[in-house]
Amino acid sequence: MITQNFGNAIKEVQLTAKDFQSSQEVKWCPGCGDYSILAQMQRVAPTFEVSKENFVWVSGIGCSSRFPYYMDTYGIHGIHGRATAIATGVKLSNPNLSVWVATGDGDALSIGGNHFIHTVRRNVGIKIILFNNKIYGLTKGQYSPTSEQGKKTKSTPFGSVDYPFNPLRVALGVGATFVARSIDREPKHMQDMMKKAAEHNGTAFLEIYQNCNIFNDGAYANLTEKETKAEHVIILEDKQPLVFGNNKDKGIVLDGFTPKVVSLADGKYSINDLWVHDENDLSPVRAFILTQFTELDDFPTPLGLFRKEVKPTFEDLVDEQINELKALKKTSTFDEIIGGGNTWTISGNGK
Amino acid sequence: MIEKIEKKVQKLDDVTVRFAGDSGDGMQLTGTQFSTSTALFGNDLSTLPDYPAEIRAPAGSLHGVSGFQLHFSSNDIDTPGDSPDVLVAMNPAALKVNLKDLKKGGTIIVNVSSFDAKNLQLAKYESNPLEDETLKGYNVVQVPMTKATFHALDEVAVSMKEKDRCKNFFALGLMFWLFSRPIDGTVKWIEDKFKSKPLILEANKKSLLAGYHYGEMTEVFTTRFFIEPAKLPPGKYKNISGNEAVALGFIAASYKSELPLFLGSYPITPASEILHELSHYKYLGVKTFQAEDEIAAMCSCIGAAFTGSVSVTTTSGPGLALKMEAIGLGVMTELPIVIVDVQRGGPSTGLPTKTEQSDLFQAVYGRNGECPVCVLAAATPTDCFTLAYEAVRIAIKYMTPVILLTDGYLAQGSEPFRIPEESEMPEIINNIVKPGDEYYPYSRNENLSRPWALPGTPGFEHRIGGLEKSHIYGHVSYVPENHEFMVNLRQEKVDKIQQEIPDIAVRGEQEGDLLVLGWGSTYGAINEAVTRVREQGYKVSQAHMRYIYPVAPNLGNVIKNFKRVLIPELNLGQMATIIRSKFLIEVLQLNKVQGLPFKASEIENHIINLLGGKQ
Ligand code: SF4
Repeated sequence: MITQNFGNAIKEVQLTAKDFQSSQEVKWCPGCGDYSILAQMQRVAPTFEVSKENFVWVSGIGCSSRFPYYMDTYGIHGIHGRATAIATGVKLSNPNLSVWVATGDGDALSIGGNHFIHTVRRNVGIKIILFNNKIYGLTKGQYSPTSEQGKKTKSTPFGSVDYPFNPLRVALGVGATFVARSIDREPKHMQDMMKKAAEHNGTAFLEIYQNCNIFNDGAYANLTEKETKAEHVIILEDKQPLVFGNNKDKGIVLDGFTPKVVSLADGKYSINDLWVHDENDLSPVRAFILTQFTELDDFPTPLGLFRKEVKPTFEDLVDEQINELKALKKTSTFDEIIGGGNTWTISGNGK
Repeated sequence: MIEKIEKKVQKLDDVTVRFAGDSGDGMQLTGTQFSTSTALFGNDLSTLPDYPAEIRAPAGSLHGVSGFQLHFSSNDIDTPGDSPDVLVAMNPAALKVNLKDLKKGGTIIVNVSSFDAKNLQLAKYESNPLEDETLKGYNVVQVPMTKATFHALDEVAVSMKEKDRCKNFFALGLMFWLFSRPIDGTVKWIEDKFKSKPLILEANKKSLLAGYHYGEMTEVFTTRFFIEPAKLPPGKYKNISGNEAVALGFIAASYKSELPLFLGSYPITPASEILHELSHYKYLGVKTFQAEDEIAAMCSCIGAAFTGSVSVTTTSGPGLALKMEAIGLGVMTELPIVIVDVQRGGPSTGLPTKTEQSDLFQAVYGRNGECPVCVLAAATPTDCFTLAYEAVRIAIKYMTPVILLTDGYLAQGSEPFRIPEESEMPEIINNIVKPGDEYYPYSRNENLSRPWALPGTPGFEHRIGGLEKSHIYGHVSYVPENHEFMVNLRQEKVDKIQQEIPDIAVRGEQEGDLLVLGWGSTYGAINEAVTRVREQGYKVSQAHMRYIYPVAPNLGNVIKNFKRVLIPELNLGQMATIIRSKFLIEVLQLNKVQGLPFKASEIENHIINLLGGKQ
């Protein structure tokens, strides 16, 4: 329940998903993972304790960047790669707003890479939702900076030779204070991560694996199909051991800096030997190691909150400095401000 | 006992001085201090700093020479002077680089201590110009500035290097004496600046006083000069550079509009001082954001404008190029943003510290699609204040990006600024919608301006963006007729700004043979040149454009009243091209692309030649 101010009337309102649905027809391809992300956001947004008018959604260019048009909040559909820069301006100008960025792997990590790392570095209090489908959808199927090496696409008929980005590691590398991952086919998990992102004070970076059924169908099939999912996904839960597998019979142990997949079935390891996840870990090192899993053979892909950290936000630091200076200096008239400094006066008849 | 030498005092109306030395010698500081004292003394003045792009070019080398020219007078003046009357040369390289500009028979004050074999060689002098024929016809005054400075600092416990660095204050002190300027302003400045370094404070102060007394006590100078205060209009004044004036204009606009000021910027020469300057106003709640690049700076302004700030960004040519796509987004979303382009020599990196007017096409035409933006161009350093304010006023009233063109010459040059009263500043009208108002994102008022609904206002949730939007409702629309309608509407809105623009004034006859039409920073040189030719009896009229897009409503009629129109500009004829295509008339050009401003004499001679030579 939130208090909303309608002109003079103050009302207690309970927002619902419907309040966040705009009048615009949603135009993603049928079957696209974006639908589920949108639905979960509309479902969970009413629980954020934020008045509807205080949401601002900002995006760049790409399929995912149409997102703001479908949310009935304030929004800016920006230009390619620049959503985080626009959002930074919004947040700095009015820190009371809840500012969200919808972006894709091409938008955030290719053309927008510079803005992405600097926004995260500054810990601007915005939430960045990265729709990672490992492909360029809107331009009809070129490989992206998260496409796996060897990817055959329209622009790489013989396979791509570039090494891909690991988005969460990039974020951790520049000091991200909230790093999480979810997937389009897990509505409850997505809602949970969105809510945690909403609650975070600072840059919240949430990567969502999203299936582009037109140009990169099945990119995450292993992580979503019933038969393979349990063996390929590990859900990170705070203070819980890293367990996965069909019968919860596998786990991860950490040997120095080296993670190992072990069996809990053969008697060599028990659940007490396993790596216990700590989302508030003071050091980012273990979160780094978790990001490696997607690059290691036979490791499950972690979903969940990798790490968060309490750190003053950019906008708070800016405001703090302003407030300190305001308290020191009480200048306020036009003439004091504009006419300060070394001045001289010329009277009516010359000096 | 030292006997005081009686000195003659000679009255002058008008003097141009140039300080020149190594870029490490503190010439800009010396020039600025001299300007401040001169301003406080009450002369009209105009300055022209000129320094290399390298921060510390090799000492003593020709390309490391930094200069600062100052023209001051007891009359109203427009330019920093064509050629200096006095050159202060701190080393041989400074002499070599600047000698060609000096007025015939002018005075050269040299730091003779620096004329050693090594420095002469660095300056590529085969023999010592103080001893051969090089300076024949000039009035050369040799002062051992380094030696005298060391002597004055005999008992001050600072390093030799520090002592050497004080010689510019010696030179400054000497010039204060020579031109009868008050010295106390600079003394106070030194005391404030070096508060925490008492020895450096003492060294600088002693050097300054030593220079002053040197003039008084030695026989080197027999005459000192006096320039009476100018008769400027009554009011409170301060000396101000174009960049400072832009910053103050924005502060004034934020004050008057009661909206917070947001600056998103990325450092670039010669615009960075605006960022520096505005960063000092945090105590007023000004938010300055040094972004990761030019694009982010512009984009942050889009976010801040959406949110209700007076949103401004500052840059120079290369940065403007990077911002263009985002400026297009500003046009499409119809948000109020001011973009300042402090033009410099181009293309590409070009001449970063030099001046040019070659971004005109870029400002007017440089975006994809039909993308009109209001463009203004400041005429003088203090006009930067007026037009920065005006740019904000127009941006907010018409919900549109506005580009303000200044340039390196205006940005760094300074002149006395009459501080306006708050009541003199025009009202800044905004379209902010209040809860309860009827609201559609792309509805229009009588100025075709759309309403400004700020996030946080219940009931007005709406989306804007780069995709074409439907008239009134603002939904994404691919309807062909709607697109054409919206393209026309955006154009019409910017055209409508013309209703704000005062008629362009013509100086001289209102019709005739020749109109000299200028725009932006060439104002001073053109004005001076036209004054001179008119004094010689030529019938020449003058008009100056500060509103570039749209133009003043009467411009077409003004132009048609003259047989010939001459446009002097610091590019290959960009404004000439615009005027030709707009009014279908022939235009004469006078172009200079050397990274330097026009000298009044260059324009004067050109006009005289056009009119058939000396009569
Ligand atoms: S192209 Fe791919 S990502 Fe884009 S809307 Fe279609 S399915 Fe979704």
